[in-house]
Amino acid sequence: MANILVIAEVKEGKLKKVTLELLSKGKELAAAAGGALEGCLVGSGVEALAAEMGQYGASKVYVADSGDLADYNGEAYANVTAKIIQDAAPGIVLVGASIQGKDLAPRLSAKLGAGLASDCTNISVDGGSLVVTRPIYAGKAFETRTFSSDIQIASVRPNVLPVSDPDAGASAEVAKVDAAAGDVKTKVLKTELTAGDKIELTEADIIVSGGRGMKGPENYAMLEELASLLNAAVGASRAAVDAGWRPHGDQVGQTGKTVNPNLYIACGISGAIQHLAGMSSSKCIVAINKDAEAPIFKVADYGIVGDLFKCVPILTEEVKKLKA
Amino acid sequence: MKTIVLIKQVPDTETKVKVNPGETDINREGINLVLNPYDEFAAEEAIKIKEAKGGEVVVCTLGEKKAEEAIRTALAMGADRAIRLDGEAFAGSDNYATAKALAKAIEKEGDYDLILCGKQAVDDDSAQVGTLVAEMLGIPSASLVINCEVGDGSVTITREIEGGNQELEIAMPCLLTAQKGLNEPRYPSLPGIMKAKRKKLDVLSAGDLGLGADEAGAAGSKTAIKELSMPPERKAGQVFEGEPEEIVPKVAQLLREEAKVI
Ligand SMILES: Cc1cc2nc3c(=O)[nH]c(=O)nc-3n(C[C@H](O)[C@H](O)[C@H](O)COP(=O)(O)OP(=O)(O)OC[C@H]3O[C@@H](n4cnc5c(N)ncnc54)[C@H](O)[C@@H]3O)c2cc1C
Ligand SMILES: Nc1ncnc2c1ncn2[C@@H]1O[C@H](COP(=O)(O)O)[C@@H](O)[C@H]1O
Repeated sequence: MANILVIAEVKEGKLKKVTLELLSKGKELAAAAGGALEGCLVGSGVEALAAEMGQYGASKVYVADSGDLADYNGEAYANVTAKIIQDAAPGIVLVGASIQGKDLAPRLSAKLGAGLASDCTNISVDGGSLVVTRPIYAGKAFETRTFSSDIQIASVRPNVLPVSDPDAGASAEVAKVDAAAGDVKTKVLKTELTAGDKIELTEADIIVSGGRGMKGPENYAMLEELASLLNAAVGASRAAVDAGWRPHGDQVGQTGKTVNPNLYIACGISGAIQHLAGMSSSKCIVAINKDAEAPIFKVADYGIVGDLFKCVPILTEEVKKLKA
Repeated sequence: MKTIVLIKQVPDTETKVKVNPGETDINREGINLVLNPYDEFAAEEAIKIKEAKGGEVVVCTLGEKKAEEAIRTALAMGADRAIRLDGEAFAGSDNYATAKALAKAIEKEGDYDLILCGKQAVDDDSAQVGTLVAEMLGIPSASLVINCEVGDGSVTITREIEGGNQELEIAMPCLLTAQKGLNEPRYPSLPGIMKAKRKKLDVLSAGDLGLGADEAGAAGSKTAIKELSMPPERKAGQVFEGEPEEIVPKVAQLLREEAKVI
């Protein structure tokens, strides 16, 4: 069968975890189907990362390294990446379903006439062709999708596939390729990272989330404290976002982010269907709510019926003790 | 200034999705259909731009007759006229074939300055169709737009990126996909709803668009749904009531020892 190509994503000079997840899965699929696993690295000062991709299973890495590619510019990245795909001629292309990957993937799909399935939570190969499972209706159902195009692209949700151990002895052949972006009608004026080292919700292992029951923006300090002890991200319900207590990017749910952490702690969130849609695939759910009838308790593994203003500080103290 | 808004009718987010075994669509019985929430942001932005700069807002959808309800919502908000693509030839369209049809319709419409659509349809959650349309038309695009200023021959936009924002200047014509935060969609007014009933709505077939038999519907698609399934049921959990000082430490202990998540 044809090869598998993993499109790397680089953040602050490092490969994102989702790239390692894709390489790990890609290696397994390529081995099973008898093809090679290759990588694609686009950016500025990224060449050194090819070695790491090699340790995770890529036999060859195409590198487009240029100062012009320092900031993500969808048009430029798509031009460069599409050219690499044409040269590498893989059968299957895997990309992370991050904000960047979800912007890039449809561009590639159209440029290459390649089928694309977004935000997949499982991928396999059947007779050389890609078969994916992906949530629809924000996880209220799943679909299995098959492909008929020569090149088949899946964007894969971060944090779903496991990362296998790197092989320190393995290495990748590096193929430096043309990094010229061609005719680009988009100019990046500025890129602003407001969040500092904040953990991205869709990639967090643990999420502490607050809803209308938090009563006001100032009380989120309590959740931030618990989150920082747990190395967690802080999320919110739409009610909290609409009230202006938290930024849009923090909203979890059908019209917010779909998350799947190991642990989701819902504080003062009633558990409306739109909220549940975005978080009910979390591996373990804790709900703190003073209303014993709140629907969130139907999905919670551990429910605490009580006042969050009393319960969260106690939980924080307990976590401090456990972590000590 | 002519803006085209791509809209889709989708099941209400309240919908409890049910899947019948062996079928490739959800059980649609009793489902309430609405204008895709992200497309409301797109429509609102287009109407705001028209109010500021003059011009015309054309909404376009690929969908069945029933989707005219969603069209009427956008028209009632203030869009000027509509195009609906329909016919047997479109059956089984995936995102690619859908985008192809929409791109053809937009080409036919011609001399547009801006195309706005939602970042994602809340039924298939693909977040592809807008960007696909732009690429098929050969125009630049930006996704997840949360602010948009229309200038002379270009737009300056802010889009969401991981952990922050990015500001871009894009030459027009271009396509933008709307993210929550772009604006507050208006509710259609009563006069708006009355007026919407009389606004022009053209229905076009694959033939009208000059789409070949292998370009539309299942034949023009690159992927296909094989089956649908329901998510695994969550098993009932343990709910604790009582003094916080007693139950919270107990849950913390369980998280460490039973669930092994902290
Ligand atoms: C088109 C559409 C899309 C939507 N998309 C989303 C989405 O993506 N995400 C989302 O979250 N919602 C979404 N919603 C909104 C959703 O329907 C609910 O309105 C929202 O989730 C409610 O947020 P909440 O649970 O914080 O607030 P409420 O439902 O008001 O719940 C607050 C909870 O806090 C509890 N509480 C209050 N005080 C305390 C206290 N001191 N201690 C403990 N508990 C306390 C209460 O018992 C209550 O259960 C959407 C709605 C629509 C129409
Ligand atoms: N059938 C359709 N007709 C018109 N616009 C559509 C259609 N499907 C998707 N779109 C547009 O593309 C956006 C993204 O949809 P999707 O890629 O399906 O998540 C939507 O918010 C709409 O603006």
